[in-house]
Amino acid sequence: MSVIEFHLEVRSGVPTYLQIVQQVRQAIRLGILRPGDQLPTVKDVVRSLTINPNTVLRAYRELDLEGLVEGRRGVGTFVADGAAPLPPDDVKELRSALERWVNRARAAGLDDDGIAALFSDTLRPASIARVA
Amino acid sequence: MSALSAQGLGKRFGSTWALRECTLDVPVGSVTALVGPNGAGKTTLLQLAMGLLRPTTGELRVLGLVPRDDVVAFLPRVAFVAQDHPLHRRFTVRDTLKLGQKLNPSWDDDLARARIEHLGLPLDRKIAKLSGGQQSQVALTLALAKRPELLLLDEPVASLDPLARREFLSTVLEVVSETGISVILSSHILADLERVCDHLVILSHARTLLVGAIDDILAEHRLVTGPRADAASVARGSDVIRERRTERQTSLLVRSNAHVYDARWEQHEVDLEEIVLAYLGADAAPVPERELDGAAA
Repeated sequence: MSVIEFHLEVRSGVPTYLQIVQQVRQAIRLGILRPGDQLPTVKDVVRSLTINPNTVLRAYRELDLEGLVEGRRGVGTFVADGAAPLPPDDVKELRSALERWVNRARAAGLDDDGIAALFSDTLRPASIARVA
Repeated sequence: MSALSAQGLGKRFGSTWALRECTLDVPVGSVTALVGPNGAGKTTLLQLAMGLLRPTTGELRVLGLVPRDDVVAFLPRVAFVAQDHPLHRRFTVRDTLKLGQKLNPSWDDDLARARIEHLGLPLDRKIAKLSGGQQSQVALTLALAKRPELLLLDEPVASLDPLARREFLSTVLEVVSETGISVILSSHILADLERVCDHLVILSHARTLLVGAIDDILAEHRLVTGPRADAASVARGSDVIRERRTERQTSLLVRSNAHVYDARWEQHEVDLEEIVLAYLGADAAPVPERELDGAAA
């Protein structure tokens, strides 16, 4: 049984292989995929999404090059040791801190767009320069 | 080696060219979509590839062989499912498999029976009693049990409902992932192609308009929209595939590796369906070149 399942946005204009790459990256960042976890087999992905196997192979190759996963011949593709940016507990802690902040922002009257705008603006180095 | 390579390939019926100056290369292991309106030459290309037709001009190699030169070596390596997947309607499924076995020296009977069982089809059911989706799966089973290296499918999903279409394509793709077989399929249904195929050939009026790997095609094409007057500057260095104008705005679908560094122009990714439609639309009704420029000045 695989840990994650991919989904596709057909009309996004983002190449299919890149959507898979992004979903794996995201799942690793969020701690949904952890080192040692097996990615779905190429055949499983092909069957569940009706997509071209070369697309899946390309995505897995790209992730391999980035050092996030490693293919083991004849066995499958696994999340690499050291792929996770943070231990799962740290991710969990950061997430709950962020959830508290989001609740405060909502209570203060910000809508989701406002929260997203504030968040991404805070991330941008330019905003730091402006404040300084 | 290429699954299929054509150089200046042409086929004429009487005074009508069904295919002209077709040059393309399809790598082994790829899944290639052949798209275009009816009468564009898709079926002709597939029938040439299968050796059912002899080229009028040019050169064609399929799996490294000239299809009609060495039929005995060639035929077992290629399978063809014709449009509407023709089967003997009065045969049972069992009869149909037996026919496949008698006609094909490389027949894999275990594979055929396993597939029919997997599909849940009774062996004594008459073909005529099967649904369209089931018939297409039987035809595909016949083709796959040949254990071909190249599978040619002519409009395989045109007559199928969306669910049967998905199941048919899933089956084909699973076989691709297991065996590395090459597939060339023609289709005028554009949905699904982006996810199913990795190479694309657009045909229109007997000629190829675009040939390439789908990822490259997606990366090279974009839609740029901006102020109406400056279209020429953006169009420089790019091929404009489709141009649309309103009173204030121009939108161009361009093929280019260069980025447009002009803040007044917005750039958008485009999906494969839109790219295909832009090519076919441009071919059907050529845009009068720069006709409106004078008015904008």
